[in-house]
Amino acid sequence: MTVGILVVSHSAAIATGTVELARQMAADVPMVAAGGTDDGGIGTSFEAITDGVGELASADAVVVLCDLGSAYLTTDTALDFLDDADRARVHVSPAPLVEGTVAAAVAAQTGGDAEAVLAAAASAAGSADDASGASRPTDGPEPVDGLPGGAAPADDAGPVDGTVASETVVLVNESGLHARPAAEFVKAAAKHEARVRVNGVDAKSLLAIMALALPKGADVTIEADGPDAEDAVATLVALVRSGFGE
Amino acid sequence: MALDTAWAIDWVRRTAATIDEHRAELVTLDREIGDGDHGENLDRGFRAVVEAVDAGSFDTPGAVFKTVATKLISTVGGAAGPLFGTAYLKAAQAAGDAPELDAGALVAVLTAARDGVVSRGKAEVGDKTMVDAWSAAVDAAGTAAAAGEGAERVLEAAADAAVTGAESTDPLVARKGRASYLGERAIGHRDPGAQSTAYILRAAVDAA
Repeated sequence: MTVGILVVSHSAAIATGTVELARQMAADVPMVAAGGTDDGGIGTSFEAITDGVGELASADAVVVLCDLGSAYLTTDTALDFLDDADRARVHVSPAPLVEGTVAAAVAAQTGGDAEAVLAAAASAAGSADDASGASRPTDGPEPVDGLPGGAAPADDAGPVDGTVASETVVLVNESGLHARPAAEFVKAAAKHEARVRVNGVDAKSLLAIMALALPKGADVTIEADGPDAEDAVATLVALVRSGFGE
Repeated sequence: MALDTAWAIDWVRRTAATIDEHRAELVTLDREIGDGDHGENLDRGFRAVVEAVDAGSFDTPGAVFKTVATKLISTVGGAAGPLFGTAYLKAAQAAGDAPELDAGALVAVLTAARDGVVSRGKAEVGDKTMVDAWSAAVDAAGTAAAAGEGAERVLEAAADAAVTGAESTDPLVARKGRASYLGERAIGHRDPGAQSTAYILRAAVDAA
């Protein structure tokens, strides 16, 4: 199953930039930018969207991400003009454009079907983990757990079946846990049934990991609980030690 | 004049002229509570519509509406493209192959247009959108037709009510569109889409 991604923005620069950003982590996913009006202005183009769906004709499904209101209106209108078979394979995500596209692209790259890609995009919508690096109002609550970036613990539920594993390693690669290594990390974590956390955030959430902004030399604590917890930790520790091929 | 194909074509030309005339005003309304492109976008859209109407030949008002729809959808670029485009598309479907619209057909056309806008934009009356003008027009048209008025009088009632509907957006807080980001700061400003709806329906009266 291949899922293509169509990025609809009022701005051509935003659409192409978003695709460029997502492609860094999802080189094999067919992605098309449909930004700006036909004469290069700010707005959305019925034709660019229609053509974009056409360009993604070889994908089994297409997930569309939009920016502001009329991007959704123009997309909905364009979809109304498709024949039923085409219409059925196109899905519009309500997720925020940049974060949603990145998360969707990674899910598509790792073999997710349309449902998985839509779910990944939806998970990118403003979780506390994603926003952990954002500035806070001065009278707002301080980060409470002392983790880098003030990330909140993923949850405090107990282990699933009593198998718990944990290990701390040092990031050795130059760029730290940035986009591409983070995507590889998520891909490896997602292959395990165990719940996995890295420095307290969900190791299967790309955006949560990227929000940690861990540089070279940072400690990475990987914790897992579940039937294959030990294998998950061993695999991820090995991946971090390998330097992600850098 | 009957509401026939010649009327529909004249309506298109008069709409393009009135939008051009009020472009600066629509831009200002939209700049106050939106992104400021409504006047330019609609002006560009209706210029393209006039070109297409000049280039084509039409047998029915419905055929004219359909051309208006596809041109607006493909050229406007802002929310007004899919919204007005859908309105004209539904109007074309409601008009069908009729060579001219009587009072009942006109009410059906206006109702279909309004319903198209509602289903596309998911706005309701009171959300400070063009739906406020469209719904007032549809209600007034229905009342006039039920009172036995002819098509031209029904159209006039609709256009008059659209003005009232547009004015009714002034004190509202927007619940849809870019203006909804402004909260109470949108109070005291007219919705540009409601205002352009009023101009478009006025042009229909002038063409009749």
